Amino acid sequence: MSAKTQRRSHLLNLLLITVLVIWMILAAFPFLWTLWGSFKVEGDFFSKANWANALFGPLTRDETGGSFTGAGYHGAWIKEAFGLAALNTVIVCFFVVTISLTFGTLGGYALSRSTFRYAFWFLIIALIFRAMPPITLVSGYLPVFFTWNLWGYLPTAIVVLVAINQPFTLWMLHSFFKNIPKDLDESAMVDGCNRFQAFRHVIVPVMWPGVITTGLFSFLLAYNDFAVTAMILSKENQTMVPKISGFLGTTQTKGNVMFAVAAVVSVTAPLFVMVLYFQRQIVSGLTAGAVKG
Amino acid sequence: MKHKTFFWFVLPSSLAMLLFIFFPIVSVLVQSVHVDTEQVIKEVTNCGPFGCETTTSVDQEATQALKREHPLGRFAGLTTYLDRRHLAVDEVKLAWNNTSGLGDFVKQLVNLPFYKAMSFTLAYTFIVTPLVIIFGFIIAVAVNGAVKWLRGPLIFFSLLPMLVTPLVGSLILFWMVDARGVVGAALQYLAGDPNLSVKASTPYTWVMLMVYGVWHSAPFAFIVYYAGLQSVNKDTLESAMIDGASRWEQIRYVVIPHLLPLTTFIALMQLMDNFRVFEPIVSFSASAHATSLSWAIYNDLGGETQQLSSAAATSVLTILGICILLLPVLIRTWRDFTHK
Repeated sequence: MSAKTQRRSHLLNLLLITVLVIWMILAAFPFLWTLWGSFKVEGDFFSKANWANALFGPLTRDETGGSFTGAGYHGAWIKEAFGLAALNTVIVCFFVVTISLTFGTLGGYALSRSTFRYAFWFLIIALIFRAMPPITLVSGYLPVFFTWNLWGYLPTAIVVLVAINQPFTLWMLHSFFKNIPKDLDESAMVDGCNRFQAFRHVIVPVMWPGVITTGLFSFLLAYNDFAVTAMILSKENQTMVPKISGFLGTTQTKGNVMFAVAAVVSVTAPLFVMVLYFQRQIVSGLTAGAVKG
Repeated sequence: MKHKTFFWFVLPSSLAMLLFIFFPIVSVLVQSVHVDTEQVIKEVTNCGPFGCETTTSVDQEATQALKREHPLGRFAGLTTYLDRRHLAVDEVKLAWNNTSGLGDFVKQLVNLPFYKAMSFTLAYTFIVTPLVIIFGFIIAVAVNGAVKWLRGPLIFFSLLPMLVTPLVGSLILFWMVDARGVVGAALQYLAGDPNLSVKASTPYTWVMLMVYGVWHSAPFAFIVYYAGLQSVNKDTLESAMIDGASRWEQIRYVVIPHLLPLTTFIALMQLMDNFRVFEPIVSFSASAHATSLSWAIYNDLGGETQQLSSAAATSVLTILGICILLLPVLIRTWRDFTHK
């Protein structure tokens, strides 16, 4: 539907532009607003007198002397040790992504190459598991983790997140491996490789685009998770997202909502960078499932 | 692929899912039909100069021993399912007998915690899902109509609401909707009511949560539809045009049929994801006005005293709900599979 084959009327053009402008404001404005406001004091960001105070910050100037203040960030990162939570998040994300991808590539490859009926059922069961809300599983974990003294540690959360991640990873890598021609590894097997050698020497070198895309989504799942990490990690081992929800409980009474605002901006920033660099892979990953069934 | 090779390849992945998804489901099922062991009460008679006094206290040793003997607690059958916090059979019966009409009955029903959570979860799922599909489609058509160099930045900003952490995204919106925030102020101005507070009213809270849901998920529908629009067959479109189809007819008879399978996919994913709605309720602190099944489980587990059997029973009911939701899809896949 390019402009050459068909000319759009002015009215239609106007409509398109209106939709785009409204959507862009809805999608981007909340983030910009919060980013800007995180450098103000609470009295400005939540202003009873005038909403425009959040833009110009008269109280920020009165209280701190400058138009911008890093007090929220100082409070969150230094007073409330948000850095430790960030470190925990990095550890959790790194291991969840690596382990899920290792398990997922092996499983996804086998599922894409097997012609037996059980491979189909395997995928259906994985789909049902994918539909389970993670929090329903948590009540199954807790008694066991308490008795065996596994509760509260990062490795426990990592293993749980890997397992919750598996159904999705398997589906995605399965549909990706299906697109790699069978002849490739089969000819390697004719040449005398066994299945694993064929996988190792022929499939592994060409699988990286799909693995990177799947890895991005595994990362997002681990990074964004709240239900599991909030229930399974002890206070000292908390990752960033449950830590923010902790801020809401404790700091609101102290009048330090700005800690939470600064923390929210800090959590969102890496995601921005990620989307900036990997936009193409994310889009292809989101559509892969739909287009290939 | 040989059975044996297949087995070794899927072993790590199946082991992970068996141990941390399948067994927990079984464990949840078992827990939901048990309740905590009763505390052993002992009577102690103290005789003093003013007569004898009998006091009761918890026999810690005996209780511990009992707990060790039955780590799961007492078998309770379906009592947890039927109690006030879940299906509330007695209360529903009472409400049914004393009701003055259907509206009144529904009102009494949603005061019970499980039905309150259920009503919001279902309303959220079945209102947000179609809206996501509609808005996603509109945005996709609009972005597809934009000039090429603009599409990249448009997609970048469109992806943000979906990829940002749900807890964080809903917090950002919550702060703006706050009576002292920018959207809250705008709403007060529009409504001409300086005391309007979205947080304080049940209908507004519901609307706010659903607006968040659409904002969060519309990008997913958008991106799938956008990719679909890229692959519309140009030849078919052109021949339709030559045959004199108007712009609307081209969309109606060429584009929409092409996008229909994608709609099924979006609807399936959205039903699964919206049914587990949870984070926005936490960050909007909306539990007084709206709760969801996931939130009810979280609440049972997170309190001072962990109510494991209560959480387990809600979990089982949630899993049942998901199964019912997925049933049409499963039946269809099964039919497709057997017909092949």
